[in-house]
Amino acid sequence: MTEPNSPAALAAKAADERLKHASALTRLLRRPELGAVLGLVIVTSFFIAIANPVMFELSGIMNFMAPAAQLGILAIGASLLMVGGEFDLSVGSMVAFAGLIFAACLVTFGLPLPVAIGVAFACAAAIGFINGQIVIHTGLPSFIVTLAFLFVLRGLSLVGLKWATGGATQLRGVREAATRTPLDAFIYKIFAGDAFEGLFAWLAAHDWIAKFPNGQPKITGVPVEIIWFVGLAIVCAIVLSRTRYGNWIFAAGGDPEAARNSGVPTRRVKTSLFVLTACCAALVAVLTVLDAGSTDARRGFQKEFEAIIAAVIGGCLLTGGYGSVVGAAIGAVIFGMVLIGLTYTAIDQDWYLVFLGGMLLMAVFFNNIIRKRVTGER
Amino acid sequence: MTTPILEMRDIEKHFGSVVALAGVSISIHAGEVHCLLGDNGAGKSTFIKTMAGVHRATRGEMLLNGQPVHFTSPRQALDAGIATVYQDLAMIPLMSVTRNFFMGREPVKGIWPLRFMDMGFCDRITREEMQRIGIDVRDPGQAVGTLSGGERQCVAISRAVYFGAKVLILDEPTSALGVRQTSMVLKYIDMVRKRGLGVVFITHNVRHALAVGDRFTVLNRGRTLGTAARGAITADELQTLMAGGKELADLSAELGGTV
Repeated sequence: MTEPNSPAALAAKAADERLKHASALTRLLRRPELGAVLGLVIVTSFFIAIANPVMFELSGIMNFMAPAAQLGILAIGASLLMVGGEFDLSVGSMVAFAGLIFAACLVTFGLPLPVAIGVAFACAAAIGFINGQIVIHTGLPSFIVTLAFLFVLRGLSLVGLKWATGGATQLRGVREAATRTPLDAFIYKIFAGDAFEGLFAWLAAHDWIAKFPNGQPKITGVPVEIIWFVGLAIVCAIVLSRTRYGNWIFAAGGDPEAARNSGVPTRRVKTSLFVLTACCAALVAVLTVLDAGSTDARRGFQKEFEAIIAAVIGGCLLTGGYGSVVGAAIGAVIFGMVLIGLTYTAIDQDWYLVFLGGMLLMAVFFNNIIRKRVTGER
Repeated sequence: MTTPILEMRDIEKHFGSVVALAGVSISIHAGEVHCLLGDNGAGKSTFIKTMAGVHRATRGEMLLNGQPVHFTSPRQALDAGIATVYQDLAMIPLMSVTRNFFMGREPVKGIWPLRFMDMGFCDRITREEMQRIGIDVRDPGQAVGTLSGGERQCVAISRAVYFGAKVLILDEPTSALGVRQTSMVLKYIDMVRKRGLGVVFITHNVRHALAVGDRFTVLNRGRTLGTAARGAITADELQTLMAGGKELADLSAELGGTV
């Protein structure tokens, strides 16, 4: 054994002291959402500096938050699944497919709105379940299995749309079909339009927010998808970080074998995550189809990649076992801000795609460094 | 002599036509470290997996506190107090020490849907249990990946002890460790023994075995070559037994008398 005052022992002691001092910083660095927060700060400062100041007025914020929310709902599902060690590349096609099921139930079959929503969610959940079962029982990478479903579901959406409309790839008349009864109209308000309209009218009346000359507020309320997005982010963040199920998600993604040996029902956890991701896609389908009043085959196109990129920006590791729901939500906000923000500048909006790729690369690079520092990997 | 906590009698295990174990007997007593030595392929892994409920013995008896038991799953063995720490430790480097410690057995409080993991309790217990074995976890929220190999081994052992193990099976806990790390783990094995647990210590390092062992059983080609008590056998003799040298037969006979 080493002498208590040997150089080696002293060095070890000194190293320990240093660790103690660094622990506050380490604790901050250990937050997986750190990268996303930094990204948000940078992007926000960029647009504050060069964009038309209208962007950060209430109306501008709602403008970029609405697409951010739609992507964010997908990104929340994607991030939970990624922490659980799997991917789902079929979420974008799932949005189109669930949208088709939903619109066909309403328009073609004339079902009431709540039933149509239920059927859309049930179909999505069933496909998510099948995805999960294939991945678990074949041991194939979820990347490949869900890539197959990316094409299968996109194809089914096209075929289904042509069948439902007699040859077209767009199904219209959703809004009318969704508000036939008072119950439908009530449910409709939960999935479409603006929330807190009374509050906004009151705020405008008291001159707290901008209004038109006739006294109408410029912003009549918060688009419901933003409420759904924020609510889902809060619930999922709590589930991931504070519940037993959340611990199981981390464990299943970190090392399925070790998790199973410790009594974690890894298969059930992964299957439930595939179902959850598919249901997030169905929620986006319902929200956007009701908002647009129609559905088409290109709905959700390439959203799976954006959702995964948002999750990665939010600190999720591609290898699983590490990540954050809040980070993914912030990642989605960054997306929305850049997508819409560019229209408030003189910059060509197509730079958006360049930004997308660049941001992904930077995020992965950053995450790698952080992970190595935090976990002492060498 | 007191009843052993766990006794394995003439355990045989066949995988198809392969006889992995051809009659292995050992008894584990409370407060003793029983070293199971053997070269690679001697059947150590198969044997501990049979004890841990992963495999079912083809023939032979298993007695827990003198009562015959038949485990059909690792969970049953665990519930009966037989905990195994495998070489991979069942630890996830990216997760915090606390989350690893309670993985699969998370304490919760509150009523569903507001039922949360009791993180305050988890952190406190983890810190206390680590302090008990002399590891100062400054922050139980730090990832297991930041711990040294020996510390990880100790966390895995203390997790098993905390969750009520009576028999602790350690699968080559020192095989991948340096000298200082090894002495840390061996010291902790000694502490576990003093708390009255029966420890099965699998190793192929004779010196590690002699450092903490009370009894030594050598496995070779699926058979027990006999069990020796501490002091009744030298490192050289153990080494020769494990290697299965020429003198194997006479040594085995010699050992038979010391059980």
